[in-house]
Amino acid sequence: MEVHVQPRTRSKMFCGCGIAPLNAAPNTFVCEVCAGMPGTLPVINKAAVEACVKTALALECEIPRHTKFDRKNYMYPDLPKGYQISQYDLPMSKNGVLDVGARRVRIRRVHLEEDTGKLVHAGAGLHKAWESYVDLNRAGVPLMEIVTEPDLRSADEARDYAMELQAVLRAIGASDADMERGQMRAEPNVSVRRAGTEELGVKTELKNINSFRALHRAIGFEVKRQIDMLESGGTVVQETRGWSEAGQRTFSQRTKEFAEDYRYFPEPDLPPLSLERRWIDDLRTALPELPRVRRARLVEQYALPASDAALIAGDRALGDLFDGAVAAGADAISTANWIVNEPSVRGLSSEHLAELVKLVSSGQINRDQGREVVAESLRSQQPPAAIVSQRGLAQVSDTSVLEPIAREVIAANPKAAADFRSGKMAAIGPLVKDLRDRAPEADSKVARELLQKLLG
Amino acid sequence: MDPTRLTLSELATLLHDREMSASELAVLHLNRIESTDPDVKAYLRVTEDLALSQAEAADRALKAGEAGPLTGIPMAVKDVLCVKGVETTAGSQILAGFRPPYTGTAVQRLFDAGVVMLGVTNCDEFAMGSSTENSSYFPTRNPWNLDRVPGGSSGGSAAAVAAGEAVFALGTDTGGSIRQPAALCGVVGMKPTYGRVSRYGLIAFASSLDQIGPFTRSVEDCALVLDAMAGHDPLDSTSARKPNDVRKRLNDGIDGMKLGVPKEYFEVEGIEPGVKHAVEQALRMLESAGAKLVDVTLPHTDYGLAAYYIIAPAECSSNLARFDGVKYGISEQDEQNVTDLYMNTRRRGFGTEVRRRVMLGTYALSSGYYDAYYLKAQKVRTLIKRDFDAAFEQCDAIVSATSPTVAFALGAKTQDPLAMYLCDVLTLGGNLAGLPGVSVPCGMSGGLPVGLQVLAPQWREDVALRVARAYELASGMRIEPALV
Repeated sequence: MEVHVQPRTRSKMFCGCGIAPLNAAPNTFVCEVCAGMPGTLPVINKAAVEACVKTALALECEIPRHTKFDRKNYMYPDLPKGYQISQYDLPMSKNGVLDVGARRVRIRRVHLEEDTGKLVHAGAGLHKAWESYVDLNRAGVPLMEIVTEPDLRSADEARDYAMELQAVLRAIGASDADMERGQMRAEPNVSVRRAGTEELGVKTELKNINSFRALHRAIGFEVKRQIDMLESGGTVVQETRGWSEAGQRTFSQRTKEFAEDYRYFPEPDLPPLSLERRWIDDLRTALPELPRVRRARLVEQYALPASDAALIAGDRALGDLFDGAVAAGADAISTANWIVNEPSVRGLSSEHLAELVKLVSSGQINRDQGREVVAESLRSQQPPAAIVSQRGLAQVSDTSVLEPIAREVIAANPKAAADFRSGKMAAIGPLVKDLRDRAPEADSKVARELLQKLLG
Repeated sequence: MDPTRLTLSELATLLHDREMSASELAVLHLNRIESTDPDVKAYLRVTEDLALSQAEAADRALKAGEAGPLTGIPMAVKDVLCVKGVETTAGSQILAGFRPPYTGTAVQRLFDAGVVMLGVTNCDEFAMGSSTENSSYFPTRNPWNLDRVPGGSSGGSAAAVAAGEAVFALGTDTGGSIRQPAALCGVVGMKPTYGRVSRYGLIAFASSLDQIGPFTRSVEDCALVLDAMAGHDPLDSTSARKPNDVRKRLNDGIDGMKLGVPKEYFEVEGIEPGVKHAVEQALRMLESAGAKLVDVTLPHTDYGLAAYYIIAPAECSSNLARFDGVKYGISEQDEQNVTDLYMNTRRRGFGTEVRRRVMLGTYALSSGYYDAYYLKAQKVRTLIKRDFDAAFEQCDAIVSATSPTVAFALGAKTQDPLAMYLCDVLTLGGNLAGLPGVSVPCGMSGGLPVGLQVLAPQWREDVALRVARAYELASGMRIEPALV
């Protein structure tokens, strides 16, 4: 699998241009350097190198002392210089691993390069277009290319790998890695082999994949297509195939019968890069806990359900929110429960979340009131405890207050009351619900006991 | 007194003493161009408006006492250096009409120093050639004899300075393109150490070899111009932070200095007896100025040309890929598909020599040939560097002829690319090894100027210039414009 990831940087790979937002007007984030004007020269973006090194470290790659950039030569109108500055035989890093579930995926290399521009064709498709326009906003945007060895065995594994990779990239702050926004692009190379044999079949490379779901489906489709092809006596052709979201199928884009000769050679405009050991060591030391480690810790230390742990550890902000709230004294299971089931709390600070969890766990307010407090706290930035006391929010557990209401409820629901009396314990549910509708501040535990007593 | 016959330093004194204004000086040169250039054809474009407005600004600075040594000095710029808004074409049809949206660093630094730009000078297309006959516009002629070439590729710049059409000029040197035309036109020309002057704004021919440098009428002027351009530029990652004060000890002489004489450079194919004789005279003069001549050897000289003609075309094949008719210059718009757009734009836009080198370089980088050509050439390059390293252990600088021949007749070598390539045999080693080299006039052969080349170790422009200056003083040489 090849994954291209846009590192989080303020400027492009080799010039000072900013990174265009998705809706930017064409050619508004372009200078003479990324437009490939004659006489211009590239300058390496240090932030991109740092993001790449951090990624390499998180993927346990070797980082050679010397690295260099190379020119990959080919002509296309979206490539302003007629070559792409990439890395060939001395990549920034190599030989890493990423554990995905039980599968150890070997990382062949992580290197840096620049993105190309974009073509827009006026008319019916590429070959019938009467005019083509070039937008260079993306030309020169930094990209990390992360390449695995052929270790992934199924569409599930490929999707899980991509998701794990995204979690790692987000955890270390190397990239926002949003597939829908094109910050992460997966290009799986798919081949099939007969069970029990070792040799991999002819592969196809899949492109245009914009989501994990599409990744999963595209591989699933392609595996079936290749098997059908082979079993009907055909052969798989090595080619690039696009994924059609509309058609839910892959289609041939470009055959690789004539292997393109990119004439790689060292980029003479950029001296070889020597990365300081100390700088790398500092970056290594500063790496945060990686998602896999955090996930295991959350399960082990707090006995969180695996799915909760995965969700929380998969996003650095959520993980830090959880750890912060627990450190501030909130119960771990309840905290996880709030984070997983009530997305609105993800906007709170960990101190405020801890306060909220404690208020609800201790029975001072009920869950519905808790939701109100969250909304108010997000609005006013006030601590939950202050909101509770200002608004006089507190659950009512005084039976002398609740008893008249409970009697009204029993009178209004004769059938449910009769069912309960005849031994259908579940009939208490609608009664409690009715009571809470009439008195939302009621403590539901007290209300239930009160109703049972009155009916018993 | 004709100001177009004075050196930069002399003119600076006149300007500072307010004996002449920068505007007057600019007009004198524009008039000189008008009268002389129809014969010489050094300029592709004269930037009269720019010159006059820069001269006015220079006069204000001079009046305000804020002038430096280059304020108000008229300059010519080779057609490969980008100047904002000024048509810059690298001598090629493919860039016809191209006006860069920015000014390159070296030119900008000179503008900041108050220099006045007179115009854009002719050159071989994309700086590929040794006679300026590969210009897609017209050939430039040697001011000493209009039937002869001025050398190349920076022939227009050399001829402009030699003909009194500019006080100094900028050129670029990839295999000898400053030093060889300087020799053939009888002016001083210098290629600095690779990395000394920013290449930002230089339309690349071969990125690992190209350097910008000056043409002047004296060694002192050369030091002044270099000093104003040199130094690290954040926009060029190959430019260095290696301070070198070229002016401080310029006149200290060469007493006790050891000058290496490489025997290989005196035995190259086609070296003319008259050239050899003039250079040997110059060596004797250097000796009498106190230098000690030592024999050195550069054993891989024979392989330099071959290595150069693989590395330079390889880089050019990639550097010239951007000229595709999509973004600037000419464009064959009415094609059926993008391949035809590329092919027909490039076929119409590039001349024979450029196409030859693009093909050579493409071949040398192709898979299956890379190791045998490009990689092997890089190894030879390393051996040539080591030759120079070893030689510089025995001497402070290396002296030789700059060009094996004096200016040859127009058309004499245009049908024989290899003969043309041999023009650079004494200079391209300096590019492969990244060394600074200066060519200084050292007499005549058959009525045409001969150049003495001084090569110094990397980052030691000061040494090269000191030797050249010592020769200038010892010989009492004064460069008079030809064709007066």
